[in-house]
Amino acid sequence: MRALLLCAAALLCGTAHAETIAISGGTVAIGDGSQPIPSGIVVIRDGRVIAAGANVAVPAGARIVDAQGKWVAAGLVAGFTSEGIVDGEGIEETYDGAAGKSVFNAAIDISTAINPTNQSIAVDRSWGVTRAVVSPEANNSVFAGQGAVIDTGADDTPVTKARAFQYAELGEDGASHIGSRPASYVMLHDALAAARSASRGGDSKDALITRADAAALLPVVEGRMPLVVHVERASDILQVLSLKQAYPNLKLVLLGAAEGWMVAPKIAAAHVPVIAAGLADLPAAFERTAATESNVGRMQQAGVTVAISTVDVSTEGGQRNLRQYAGNLVGISRVPGMTGLDWGAAFATITSRPAAALGLDGDIGSLRPGRRADVVIWDGDPLELSSAPLAVWIDGVAQPMTSRQTRLRDRYLNPQEGALPKAYER
Amino acid sequence: MLDRRAALAAFLILAACTDGAPPRSVSTTPSGERVVEPWKTDPFPSTYHAYPGIPTLVTNVTIYDGEGGRIDGGSVLFADGKVQAIGRNLPAPAGATVIDGTGKWITPGVIDVHSHLGVYASPGVKALSDGNEMTSPTTPEVWAEHSVWPQDPGFSRALTNGGVTTLQILPGSANLMGGRSVVVKNVYARTTQGMKFPGAPYGFKMACGENPKRVYGAKGREPSTRMGNIAVDRETWQQAVEYKRRWAKYEKEGGDPPSRSLAMDTLAGVLDGKILVHNHCYRADEMANVIDMSKEFGYHVTAFHHGVEAYKVADLLKANDICAVVWADWYGFKMESYDGIPENLAILQKTGTCAMIHSDDENGVQRLNQEVAKAQAAGRRAGIPIPDEVAWEWLSYNPAKALGIADKTGSLKPGKMADIVLWNGNPLSVYTRPDKVWVDGALLYDAHDPKRRPVSDFELGQPGEGDVK
Repeated sequence: MRALLLCAAALLCGTAHAETIAISGGTVAIGDGSQPIPSGIVVIRDGRVIAAGANVAVPAGARIVDAQGKWVAAGLVAGFTSEGIVDGEGIEETYDGAAGKSVFNAAIDISTAINPTNQSIAVDRSWGVTRAVVSPEANNSVFAGQGAVIDTGADDTPVTKARAFQYAELGEDGASHIGSRPASYVMLHDALAAARSASRGGDSKDALITRADAAALLPVVEGRMPLVVHVERASDILQVLSLKQAYPNLKLVLLGAAEGWMVAPKIAAAHVPVIAAGLADLPAAFERTAATESNVGRMQQAGVTVAISTVDVSTEGGQRNLRQYAGNLVGISRVPGMTGLDWGAAFATITSRPAAALGLDGDIGSLRPGRRADVVIWDGDPLELSSAPLAVWIDGVAQPMTSRQTRLRDRYLNPQEGALPKAYER
Repeated sequence: MLDRRAALAAFLILAACTDGAPPRSVSTTPSGERVVEPWKTDPFPSTYHAYPGIPTLVTNVTIYDGEGGRIDGGSVLFADGKVQAIGRNLPAPAGATVIDGTGKWITPGVIDVHSHLGVYASPGVKALSDGNEMTSPTTPEVWAEHSVWPQDPGFSRALTNGGVTTLQILPGSANLMGGRSVVVKNVYARTTQGMKFPGAPYGFKMACGENPKRVYGAKGREPSTRMGNIAVDRETWQQAVEYKRRWAKYEKEGGDPPSRSLAMDTLAGVLDGKILVHNHCYRADEMANVIDMSKEFGYHVTAFHHGVEAYKVADLLKANDICAVVWADWYGFKMESYDGIPENLAILQKTGTCAMIHSDDENGVQRLNQEVAKAQAAGRRAGIPIPDEVAWEWLSYNPAKALGIADKTGSLKPGKMADIVLWNGNPLSVYTRPDKVWVDGALLYDAHDPKRRPVSDFELGQPGEGDVK
């Protein structure tokens, strides 16, 4: 059991994992798209959710955590990030997302780079982000490599699922790496053909990709690994959807999809989930000319499974701001002519929907029974700007609520030096 | 320290003889041509004009006046482009439109003191990348207004989603001295002159730290280090002091006017106090270096922008009458932002330092009210309670002060420009959006009227045109 491993390794063994915890009296936000439940109960045991809702019995012997007046919510799942693979976006020495001069692409496994002690993981954890989708970045290929799903727990086992998906660029970004959109498709078909050929014992000497890359693409062709494709333009989305004709087993996921609303019924009909750019409403590139804040709402109305991410909007505040973006999607419901989401659907875009996009919503992303016990107690509505977490559990383990940021805050609440330099205040 | 600064200032004023009325700074060349100290001219004057408005009374509304005042169940009256009165139970003048503000909030328009709209416009193609003249570390001769594309779709989003009525458009931070800024009304016009805020002083963009040393270090030239940054700055300021001295001599003694330098004109304007310095500077220690440099050459830093470490030297900034312009929670995206904390604004406020929010971002400018809400909440949790109406100073009055336009806009005082946002709820809530926005009393956004929503030329005829953005 992961929880037992954690207990053996971590400083947090004070939390007994065999213990049953009942978090009682708070407004419960399950994360599956349902609306918040007043005065609910969440029961966790052995790192998993046992039950959550209004009419949940408290098991005998459970430790009760009083959450009256608070919110008890599923941990947030950040839909597309560099979490744990960089210590600062502009600090290039620390960045493992781009493989630079490497001859490999699809075979790259980002899970090998995750550093669970970096600052942003601790900051986002203290803000209720308990899982993150982590992806490499494409360099000289359509394919960037294999992304991972991680937890943000204060322990040394961050990887929830390694090789959770393959990531590809097929829009303007892809074209900028490869030369053009058509050239990107040639490369994609050539690589997938090499993967198939290799699996049949065929000779792939003519293929332009390495044996390792071809091998990494086989589960993609066979539909055992999702293929997350970044495209924004409506016409690019349709091209990607049409890949299923050549590769019927592909498990496609669209990333970005700023113009998704223009072809939303077709995305829905293809049963392709979208990890959208939450609030990107500017024609920041020609491929996003029709960008609108109503994109997510309209796609959802058309029946598309939509998660949101920080793709195409500012990431400098960290993944913690996903809740702000989700809150805005609720807010725009009140603006005439705009299409937003109701609260439950908005909260799902940052919890169960990103998990669902990668086929992991049976394991993470909500407080439904059996899911990993990623639970956050908030001092108010988790989507509201004035709210903050009071307690965070990941895999049922209570997490520290401190970070470098809280330490700096405490040191400089009074900026002036005292009897000793600031370096002695800790 | 103060003595040294005063002495320097006195010297400069004496040497320049420029503090008088315009006639004193006008001379006659031997050929009879009149020459004014060139940095005092206005060759690209504003042609902005206010659009017509209807006298409007908003009643039963929660008012944040922008200067820390709050009235619940209040009324705001504006007409002829100006705020006429705020209070309770104001009578409606004949012919006035009366809007019931029940459940709504009214505030001064948001002012973003740090924007690159127009100079880094959408779409972000190379052809529209006009924000950094990255060919020399000091380019005081460039003016952002000559790069602004007034059709940037970003202006519309800032207005309709963010309630932004005034912006300072700055050059980028690749250069130590990036050039002049321009302050604009957030009102689309065919020309940039048509957006320029009438009577707003120019700003001057400077930058500390990583960007200049990285850009020019990569070119194999000075500056490639932080010490190089300061050295190049000081060499340049020294030239400006000498330039100003030559003009002062000419003013006094006549003869041939000194040869003109556009770069030195801008710096002379700064030394005169007519152009306000907006200095991109992340780290506390670098702010201290800049403060000393400003005293050495006799200019004043109006504001440090991107001051993610301002909280560490809040007392120093206060003592030197410098504003801190910051984000709510940006951090860690480069080494010099590694120590950013969400309590920055609150600690500055607690210390009594002039502080404000800014965006530096075409997305963030749409949600500055929300950024303030996060900063306020972080302060409350750290034991620094800041009332909503006081927090609003970070969005309007303090930015107006930093731009030198606080006598014209930034609060709802009678006689000021009617730059006003009616919000459909508490503007510090994530669920709230502008209901209506007026600029100089003209209704330029109405959530209930698609015709009161700007669509830039670029978006006309494109997919999604007229869509609610």
